[in-house]
Amino acid sequence: MTDRYISLVNSQPGRAVASRLGLPRPAVLRRYEPGAPLLPGPTLLSDAALADVLKGMGVDVRDAADADTRWAALLYDATAVASIGELATLREFLHAPLRRLSASGRIVVLARPPAGVDPVVDAARQALEGIVRSLAKELRAGATANLIQVEGDASPESVLRFVLSGRSAYVDGQVIRVGLGAAPEDPGKPLSGKVALVTGAARGIGAAIAEVLARDGARVVAADLPAAGDRLVSVANRIGAATLQLDIAKADAPATLLGHLGERYGGVDILIHNAGITRDRLLANMRPEQWDAVLAVNLESQLRINAALLGSTVLHDGARVVCLASTSGIAGNRGQTNYAASKAGVIGMMRAYAPAFAKRAGTINAIAPGFIDTDMTQAMPLAAREVARRLNSLQQAGLPVDVAETAAWLASPGAGGVNGQVIRVCGQSLVGA
Amino acid sequence: MPRRRAAVLGGNRIPFARADGPYAHASNQDMLTAALDGLVARFALQDERLGEVAAGAVIKHSRDFNLTREAVLGSWLAASTPAYDVQQACGTGLEATLLVANKIALGQIDVGVAGGVDSASDAPVAVNDDLRQILLDLNRSRSVGGVVRAMSRLRPGQLKPSIPRNAEPRTGLSMGEHAAITAREWGIGRIEQDELAVASHHNLAAAYERGFFSDLVTPFLTLTRDQNLRPDTSTEKLAALRPVFGDTMTAGNSTPLSDGASTVLLASDEWAAERSLPVLAHVVDGETAAVDYVHGDPRADGLLMAPVYAVPRLLERNKLTLADFDFYEIHEAFASTVLATLAAWEDAEFCRSRLGRAEPLGSLDRSRLNVAGSSLAAGHPFAATGGRIVATLAKLLAEKGSGRGLISICAAGGQGVVAILEAA
Repeated sequence: MTDRYISLVNSQPGRAVASRLGLPRPAVLRRYEPGAPLLPGPTLLSDAALADVLKGMGVDVRDAADADTRWAALLYDATAVASIGELATLREFLHAPLRRLSASGRIVVLARPPAGVDPVVDAARQALEGIVRSLAKELRAGATANLIQVEGDASPESVLRFVLSGRSAYVDGQVIRVGLGAAPEDPGKPLSGKVALVTGAARGIGAAIAEVLARDGARVVAADLPAAGDRLVSVANRIGAATLQLDIAKADAPATLLGHLGERYGGVDILIHNAGITRDRLLANMRPEQWDAVLAVNLESQLRINAALLGSTVLHDGARVVCLASTSGIAGNRGQTNYAASKAGVIGMMRAYAPAFAKRAGTINAIAPGFIDTDMTQAMPLAAREVARRLNSLQQAGLPVDVAETAAWLASPGAGGVNGQVIRVCGQSLVGA
Repeated sequence: MPRRRAAVLGGNRIPFARADGPYAHASNQDMLTAALDGLVARFALQDERLGEVAAGAVIKHSRDFNLTREAVLGSWLAASTPAYDVQQACGTGLEATLLVANKIALGQIDVGVAGGVDSASDAPVAVNDDLRQILLDLNRSRSVGGVVRAMSRLRPGQLKPSIPRNAEPRTGLSMGEHAAITAREWGIGRIEQDELAVASHHNLAAAYERGFFSDLVTPFLTLTRDQNLRPDTSTEKLAALRPVFGDTMTAGNSTPLSDGASTVLLASDEWAAERSLPVLAHVVDGETAAVDYVHGDPRADGLLMAPVYAVPRLLERNKLTLADFDFYEIHEAFASTVLATLAAWEDAEFCRSRLGRAEPLGSLDRSRLNVAGSSLAAGHPFAATGGRIVATLAKLLAEKGSGRGLISICAAGGQGVVAILEAA
């Protein structure tokens, strides 16, 4: 599963060859390690207003550029931008320090979401999105650029912590909107005291999510099909979780789940809808059972479980639900009409549910992973896999842990202001919007 | 009774395999550890120190003198969890359950695991006894002459290994041959045996189908269900099989040699409540009996007839009758064993002369017998059967929400272990 190409081009002879031939040179990404500083170097900040928040996170904040500093992050507060002319200040802010952005550096722009009132203001705000997305494609050496849209008096603290840290290693060129609703948390163990259910936890992305939730302090219930029970046991024992063998596509699954969570845990705080299957065929060759199975597991089960949870006291107030969608659901994918239907459907479902969860101080969001190195993608032909891995701004596949870190962040109390959104963990894949 | 009662919180077993099948290269320790780890995962017991783990195997390698402790050390339980081996032939698993339950009832421990494992594939093949004696003498020899004398006793025939046999040491008869004598003595017919076997397969298949085993069984190696299970078997299909023991007992109505392991989690109600773990059932009482199958009456003292004596004693002590149960779990060593047991309890003369009862013990409602299948369908890794039955019955009682169940397990050596569970 290791990306040999990354290892190769990061060795000295490999680097020289790749550089001469103009081959892509993906970087080894900086990833989160508990206890390590949020950023490995100083951050250049455009506006002193955010300095205290960042200092509270242990960030080395500087307000003036000098010629020698290597920047771990460049943070620009564009919340006041209201005209096209003001956009130039962002260009000026970034212009020189950009060349001294360190590997796996971060560019973060804070803005206001377009409000649909003043065409000039919205043009400027939307323009920021164009700048950030393009900049993300220009950056090299594992650096990312993301835009945070802050509503009203909402605190950007949680999302800043996520985007600046190694948790967001494979989140690039994204727009994340944050509103009110953040709850206090212990940044070292943000999920402590929370009960979390992860479906499809026996392998791949689900196993990584279970592990990261447990690392962040959650009591994890790892669920998967009875037939995957042996792998589920090894995951659960490694991370100190409990197993639940359950076919979520069965009609009585929501009742079983609610009963189990209520009886053994007194309720649930975090639900990660990760279980999913593929039955790829061109539509012309698709058999009804292949169509039905994918929709039943990937979409209908989530609908039924969410409905049952919302109607019960088993779902604690302030709960966090994260649904796994896919870039296939956003952009479409040949041979995956059924899969893309289910994953796009998940996004539709999630958006429609968002207000209902918000009423109970909770959130529901979706993650759309791009190309992630798992057993599933490992089964692809070598050439196709190697090409697919490079088709994003970071020129590499993501790891299951990258999706897991995003899920854990969305599940954290601090992320309460993020609701009804799709976060792509795709390294700014060239595919899709 | 003033003592507290042990609660059954759940169980975990690996699917049972036919001998020399998918578990052919798995050792007893591998299988017991897998069953234990699945239990640990189901109840999130990682790194917990339990009061004890009691388990065992009927067929054991000499190196496995501390099998259960070694399994615990290889599991995710805290290494500070003590363990010991139990061996009471096919009664091992249930006897281990009673041992752990009794310690909990006495307040000596708050939580423990009972279990059992057996491999008929990974058998301890030993050198034959002649060769063994020579090798030991050789080892003891202090002089060249002694070595030469010992070596001179070596013969080609001694290379034949000694393989454990499924036979009683005192009679030389296999268990099936013993059961055939009992079947003949009690006039147990072929059709009723086949019907019992079919019911076992159909009940087990239906239980799997409705997800009954989803929190009792964890896949192992390639198996996700018991390998021996034939959901589509029928009396017609079984009728085609030739008898292998006596005139009526076939491969279809006898248990196959099997590999597998099972575990049961037992605790005090308080321990369970502290962890919000639902109690499935309580262990009410247990009884063990033995018969003199070597010298006794072939009809009344058959090798596998001991439960016939244990159950009435257990009922009497608990002031219950045979009709007072919602579920009966009678281990299906052979279909004929179950049927002979039922026949004995219905037989006025036997009950009068051998059980000292004025009335027969009575018949039981056959629709309550082995309702989630039993050994004929699941297979029978000797020491693992008790744990399978205890966990199955506890869950049946929890589903029903009330009532009690009777477990009866016959064992080699003319022994029988029986127990009562009651819904929580």
